Amino acid sequence: MAAEAQTRATQAAPSLIGSSGDTLREAFGRALAEIARENERIVVLDADIAGGTGTHHFRKEHAGRFFQFGIAEQNMMAAAGGMAHVGLVPFVTTFAVFCLRAIEQARLSIAYPRRNAKIVASHPGLDVGPDGGSAQALEDIAAFRAIPGMTVISPADPIEMAKATAAVAAHVGPVYMRTGRSPATRLFEDDHVFEIGKGQVLNPGTDATIVACGVEVARALEAAHLLEADGLSVRVVNMATIKPIDAPLLAACARETGAIVTAEDHNVYGGLGGAVAEALAQSHPVPIEFVGVHDRFGASGEPAELAEAFGLTAPFIADAARKAIARKKRGIS
Amino acid sequence: MLPAVALPHRSPEPLSFQGEHLRRLTALARIALEIRRLSLVGIYHAGSGHPGGSLSCADILAALYGAELAISPAEPQDEGRDRFVLSKGHAAPALYAAWAAVGLLDPAQVKSLRKLGSPMQGHPHVLDAPLAETSTGSLGQGFSAAIGMAIGLRHRHIPARVYTLLGDGELQEGEVWEGAMCAAHYRLSNLCALIDYNKLQSDDLNANIMGLEPLADKWRAFGWHVEELDGHDLGALLDALRRASEHGKGPSVLICNTVKGRGVPFMEGKPHWHGSVKIKEDEIFRALAALGMGEDEIREAVHGG
Ligand SMILES: Cc1ncc(C[n+]2csc(CCOP(=O)(O)OP(=O)(O)O)c2C)c(N)n1
Repeated sequence: MAAEAQTRATQAAPSLIGSSGDTLREAFGRALAEIARENERIVVLDADIAGGTGTHHFRKEHAGRFFQFGIAEQNMMAAAGGMAHVGLVPFVTTFAVFCLRAIEQARLSIAYPRRNAKIVASHPGLDVGPDGGSAQALEDIAAFRAIPGMTVISPADPIEMAKATAAVAAHVGPVYMRTGRSPATRLFEDDHVFEIGKGQVLNPGTDATIVACGVEVARALEAAHLLEADGLSVRVVNMATIKPIDAPLLAACARETGAIVTAEDHNVYGGLGGAVAEALAQSHPVPIEFVGVHDRFGASGEPAELAEAFGLTAPFIADAARKAIARKKRGIS
Repeated sequence: MLPAVALPHRSPEPLSFQGEHLRRLTALARIALEIRRLSLVGIYHAGSGHPGGSLSCADILAALYGAELAISPAEPQDEGRDRFVLSKGHAAPALYAAWAAVGLLDPAQVKSLRKLGSPMQGHPHVLDAPLAETSTGSLGQGFSAAIGMAIGLRHRHIPARVYTLLGDGELQEGEVWEGAMCAAHYRLSNLCALIDYNKLQSDDLNANIMGLEPLADKWRAFGWHVEELDGHDLGALLDALRRASEHGKGPSVLICNTVKGRGVPFMEGKPHWHGSVKIKEDEIFRALAALGMGEDEIREAVHGG
């Protein structure tokens, strides 16, 4: 089902599109190792979890630039600020929940001094799967988004992950970027363009817009396909940069489609949904429905089962779109 | 107020010439006195701040900025400079005072401490005051940032040294011991931590809040070169700093025994003066008099623009 929708969405459809691809963390790790060949200032900081974050690729190729900090995330995060201060470009990598553990270090020692340091968080959201609720960060986008000057990015597929990694390395300033644990649906061709702060329309539509990030982008495309069967034309936007949010694109979508659905593997409070609502409240208020985890902790299970159980799959997104469209028709914003 | 004192030159070899040594210590004592006076003047004008922990580290800062740190006043941002990080960021008044005392800052600036628009924030912020090297105020973090600088400088083959000052209460932060393990693991011989061991923290004695002893043993067990000394003895500080810079095997920590509020008898050893407290007018007069200032000088410092 997903494959079908995405194949249509991206028109020219070579075999890989829609297939279950690489994990985002592996895509990140490979891309970083490659980018670091050109930029010798890039270093990686790890907290005994390189096999999980994808940075084992970097370690293999650039052992002298790989710094092991042990299971001590607070020291690692603040030390990254110090390393940036003396001219390095540190990529601090651990699981998203452990980034939350060191968020105060990210705030004071990275963001406040505007360090050119990158925090790359693997294992976000329900996508973590069997490790369960303790390991599933559903708050990280909200928390890091609230830190002044912090760019927040959540790419959707392995190709975009690689492009985003290059963009993040080239960007000067603090960044928080989510990768992902599970194999991700391949959505893009090799010539995909990623630009920090720019959303991208993946599927045209006029009745509503689904704005999604991360693993929810593939599900949003699938939802658009389901809705098409109802005779509804629904636009899908990949909003890989959550901060700074692409406000002009959002305003255009609100104006042109009149109803919005946000979809993210994150608490519905404060994440992509919050960012979209904040932007549209100021520019073009329209009905908005929020797909995400409704203020609960996660649980053990396979990612697909969890997505179903917590209401993140395409049918839930489609229902939310129908609701938003109905509200639009009733003139309720 | 005393005029700013010129930076004595850092000499890598032991000081053998007695007369020069004495002159040097006298110059440093003058810097320390100036740090104490300017700290209190700043806190008085700010209406709040931490006097106790600023006074206790004045001699340490004098030894660092007056002698040890290779920072060129002409090029204070030179890549090869030594770095100093005030991890106990609440002693910011003493840090600014130290800069002023060695000619890195206009002494008049300390009166803008904690005021809107001033680069002298209540806790150091590196974007406002680049000499701070990083922003501090959340205890434990400056230490980690200093470790990152030491790792990064070594990685880039820059021979500069990194110094950082921690409070004793600060050592209760778990992050400090993460960092202690890390610096020893990386054998950061370009790193020297100093502990302002004044035995007090915000509310009470360390021993009553969360005991730290045996402190030297802890650092030794973590793999550091440890020295225990009188943190008000400038000669002892210089000697220990020299030994630390010569210890090529790993990081050094100087546990400096100090007295909180040192130099102002009515503040010494009193948790009340940990702050953030307001120094009243009669108190600033008494305090500056205790620090050897004359009536007119005090009036100028307190009422002057
Ligand atoms: C992480 C953190 N927790 C709490 C505080 C509040 N605080 C500021 S100073 C202080 C006491 C510090 O004691 P110590 O390190 O011994 O400093 P000193 O006595 O030298 O002033 C506390 C608890 C803080 N700044 N940072």
